[in-house]
Formats: sequence, structure tokens, C-alpha cells
Amino acid sequence: MAESTATGRQTAGSARAPSSFFVSLLGVAASLALTFIGLTAITFAIGRVMPADPVLAIVGDRAPQDVYDQVYQQLGLDKPIYVQYLRYLGQLSEGDLGVSIMTARPVMDDILRFFPATLELATIATLLGVLVGIPMGVFAAVNQGRWPDHVVRIVGLIGYSVPVFWLGMVALLIFYAKLGWVAGPGRLDVYYDGIVDPVSGILLIDAAMVGEWDIFKNAASHLVLPASILGTFTLAYIARMTRSFMLDQLNQEYILTARVKGASEHAVIWRHAFRNVLVQLITIIGLTYASLLEGSVLTETVFAWPGIGQYITNSLFNNDMNAVLGGTIVVGVCFVGINMLSDLLYRLADPRVR
Amino acid sequence: MAATGTLRAWLLAEAPGSSSQARLQRMYLGWLSLSRNPIAMIGLVIVAGLVVAAAIAPWITGSDGLQPDLPNRLRAPGGKHWFGTDELGRDIYDRIIWGSRITLYIVGLVSVIVVPIGLVIGIISGYIGGIVDSFLMRFTDIFLAFPRLILAMAFVAALGPGLENAVLAIALTTWSPYARIARAEALTLRNSEFILAAQVQGVSTAGILFRHVAPLCTSSVIVRLTLDMAGIILTAAGLGFLGLGAQPPTPEWGAMISLGRQYLIDQWWVPTVPGLAILVVSLGFNLLGDGLRDVLDPKSGN
Repeated sequence: MAESTATGRQTAGSARAPSSFFVSLLGVAASLALTFIGLTAITFAIGRVMPADPVLAIVGDRAPQDVYDQVYQQLGLDKPIYVQYLRYLGQLSEGDLGVSIMTARPVMDDILRFFPATLELATIATLLGVLVGIPMGVFAAVNQGRWPDHVVRIVGLIGYSVPVFWLGMVALLIFYAKLGWVAGPGRLDVYYDGIVDPVSGILLIDAAMVGEWDIFKNAASHLVLPASILGTFTLAYIARMTRSFMLDQLNQEYILTARVKGASEHAVIWRHAFRNVLVQLITIIGLTYASLLEGSVLTETVFAWPGIGQYITNSLFNNDMNAVLGGTIVVGVCFVGINMLSDLLYRLADPRVR
Repeated sequence: MAATGTLRAWLLAEAPGSSSQARLQRMYLGWLSLSRNPIAMIGLVIVAGLVVAAAIAPWITGSDGLQPDLPNRLRAPGGKHWFGTDELGRDIYDRIIWGSRITLYIVGLVSVIVVPIGLVIGIISGYIGGIVDSFLMRFTDIFLAFPRLILAMAFVAALGPGLENAVLAIALTTWSPYARIARAEALTLRNSEFILAAQVQGVSTAGILFRHVAPLCTSSVIVRLTLDMAGIILTAAGLGFLGLGAQPPTPEWGAMISLGRQYLIDQWWVPTVPGLAILVVSLGFNLLGDGLRDVLDPKSGN
């Protein structure tokens, strides 16, 4: 998914005529709006059109006719479909995603409670991917065709091919059950639960703010395994892209010039080539970050991590459509938003695109 | 020996005598360059192994992988049961082999849905251009921007769990890159001379699109498809693991992991073997796709 968006953007970028930054900004805003319309149209279709009878889904099939009619009108089903859709958009713009059947709370409140856990997991996973993946990619490019290159390539391909939920289970078996190096599923051990007030909802930050270092350590010990598992794909992807970007740069003439001038190999790699690669990597990192927010669904299930992915999955099994679609919209909006933001950052950072 | 020598000479002739000879020559040259790439060959062997295993499944298995055999439940690997038995005493090796048919069915069905849709939208968009292009590409971009697994989950939630619905959901979130690729190819072909020649001869637009433009997109589409296979297999297995894809007792590998999960600590082989099967097969497709890209699509290679 991440890769496909990248290629899509590249073709879109080359087809567009060179124009001022603000015109392209307008273009980004327009496509952002269109994507949101598309996203909401699909969730609307799934929620209101696809089920055979949304009223029966609410009142059950033994409700009397007058109750049925009342709900029918409350849902606005007597109105034309586009009116229903506009009404739906209006509710969304107020942050109204409906009420969850499972928790009996507004879906938006639920999501705000579950989201920080996912954010924490995805952020640490991305950090791991960046901190390990970039040096790996540079190392492979510098040693192109020799064994470090092959090792990085094979590690990358395995990271692409492994089912994360399975890898998570095996990792839990080895590092938690057999070796006992890390804490098990969940975010905290039971006896630490509820001691720290959720301020940001991100346990590492909350615990550090009030100086509860025991809790901080416990939270970190719970976090390290799921974050590493979730980070495998990011690591593989970033290492691979860094390698190919780096090779592009190393084959260019300015690198030759720098070498002829007598610049040290270290300076050639990190100060000349890598600086240009960094700009391209912004988009890649943004894309993987966004895909992690959604990719965490499976990891969260395996590690009993109380994030948005688990919320959506649990709601799904309880036929809680409001919660499922609300979660889909929130993840979709974040996904699209981060993609667009990294695109903008790229334009700001690269003078040729500007 | 003499016959193979002539065949080889015919395949490598400087000036092909017919268009079918030219086509076979191109395939032969591609094969030569692919077979020199050890990584791609490993991938090809794995994928070929999957296809063969699926084809001859009835002859290489001892059971249909569905019948419970409770006295033999949770047997460790070895002896009669190479990969052990699962919680109902079914032979895991047999289930893996039968499951290869399901994996092929999933990737086959997704490809059959995704490639024609993407190809048609892409070549129309690229060849006709103008407002049609803008409209179709905005439409494509919308699908390109969606989170894949979550959307597939929402679709399955609405349509109900099951293998076919999972395939449909994956297809709906997979077709858009193919439209992008086909459009890019069509854009470069649009102003080439042979297309102009066809136009002058009075070939209809549809004829040009499907006889002349579409065949030239196939190589980049095939490369992309091979590289996508691993992603499709992993998404399907993920849906199966969540209980949204194939339903028990179907020997789908993701669902097998999900069922075997509770036996992980004491009977590790139950969930581990299907996981390894998924890993090996998607690695095979990735290795093959990487190699195919170097052969068929040299411009996008390293």
C-alpha cells in the first residue's frame, strides 16, 4: 500500500506542469477534499446502503410497525439518498460518529481513549525503523554487490514477506514465555494499572511527567516487543528505499567531483549524498508512519494492545457498525492527512519541487 | 542434440521470420536473463512448488485435511505426521498442501478482478486524456489513498465474513495502482508512430486500445502483480487470522494460525507451520517479482 501511493505520486508529479508553489498547494487541498468525499461516500455506502435494512438492524425484527416507522424517519431514510449523505457529512463535521452499541458511549469519545495507545506503538515502531533502517540502507548502498548488500536485501525481503501476527506470536513465545526478557501482552502489568492519570494517554510521557519511573520501565518493557514487530515492515521498507536512493546519488557526477577534490569517504557519503537522500526519505517515512497506524490492527490483536485497531476488531465481532465505520473514518483521515503532510514537507524541503 | 541446437539458433536468429518467432525469441531471452539471476530462480522454484503442490494435492496427501481424528490430536512432528497434528488430530502437512489451493484461489481471483479493471481504466485515461483522464485519475487517487486492511475489514463487516467477500474487499483496495501503471504506459504510447499508423488505417479507438495499447502494458502489470502477490497473501491471511476470511474447517493458512494460537506454548508446531508456509510463499513471490522486474522492466530496476 505504502509503495503504491509513492509510485502514484511520482507519476502524478511528473505529469503536472511546473507551476508556483501556491497553485500546487491549492491542488493538494483540492485532492484532499476529494479524497475525504470519497472516503465518507464509501463508509456511508457500507453503513447505510449495503445492509438489507438498517432499521431492522437497530430495532430487531419483532418491533411493532410504529416503532419501525419512527426509527425509519429518525434515520432520515424517507429522504432522497443525497440528502441523507449531506446529513451524514454534517454529523461528521461536528465530530459526531454516532453511539457505540458495545460501550454505549459516543464513538468519538471511545476513539479518543484508544487512539493514544496506537499512536505510541506506531511512533516507537517508526523510530525503530528509521534509526535502524537508514544506516542499513546506506551501508548496503556503499557496499553494493558485496555481502553486506545481499544481507540487507534478504533481511528486507523477509521483512516484506513475514505475516506480522505470526511473527508477534513467535516473538511472544520466545522472549516472554521462554526467556522472560520482556513483559507480556497489554500495556502495563495489572498492579500498575490506573496509578498514573492519563494526561496525554501516552504512557511513557504520562509516567515520566509525574516521575513514576517504575511504571515507565514497565510500560517500556511491554512496548518493546510489539513495537519491534510492527517496525519490521517499516525497517525493511526504509532500508530498501534508502539503498536505492543512495545508489542513485552515489552514481552522480557531483559525488565524483567531491571525491576528486579529496573529500573523505565519510564526508562524501554523509554530507554530500545522504543530505539529498534525506529529502526523499521524508515522503517514505510519512507513508510508512501512516500505514503503521492502520497496520497495527493485527499487532494489537496479538499483543492485546488496547489501541484503535483492537477497538475496530472487537466492534466488528459485536456487529457495532457505528464503531467500525467511525474507526475506519478516523484512521482514513489520519492516513490521508499524514500522506498529504509528508507531500507538503517534501515540497518545502526540496527547492526543485518548489 | 542437433534438434536443440537448431531450436536455439532459431530462437536467437538476428532477423525473426514471423511475429510469433519474434515473440518466442523475446520470451527466450527473458528466460535466459531470468535464469542467470539466482534470487529470482529461488523465487520461481517456490512459486512453481506451490502450483505443483496445489495441482497434485490428492496424490501427495494422506487425508482430505478436514476429517477429525481425535485419538491422534496434537501429535508432535515426526513419524507418520511430518508436521504434527492439530487440535482435532488432523494432519498439518495435509492441511498445508490443501491450503495451497486456497492461497492460489485467492491470488488468482484477486488478479482476475484487479488487472482488467485497472488496465481498462488506465489505458482509457491515458489514451483519451483531457477531462476523462482527470476524472478517472481523481477517482483512482481516492482508492489509492485508502488504508487497505481497515477498509477491507469494513467491507467484510458489511458483507459478512467469508473467503469470497475477503477476496472482493482486497480487490477493491488493490486495483488502483494498476490503473496508474497502465495510464503511464498509455501516455507514452499515445503519440508513437505505430499508433498513428493504426489511426490512419482507420482502426477504431477500442481496437487501438485493446489490440495495440493494452498488450504493451502487460509486462509492467505482470511485474507489479508478482510483487503485489505477497501483499495479497498477507492481507488475506490477516483477514483469516482475524476470523473475517475463510471460515473453519477450511485449511486457510491464516485461519489455521488463528485456531492454533492457544496451543503455541505447549504445541508450538500447530500455529508455527502455517506461518512458515505463508512466509515461504510470499517470500517466493517477492523474490520472483524482484527478478522479473529486472528482466521485463529494466528502466525501473536498480
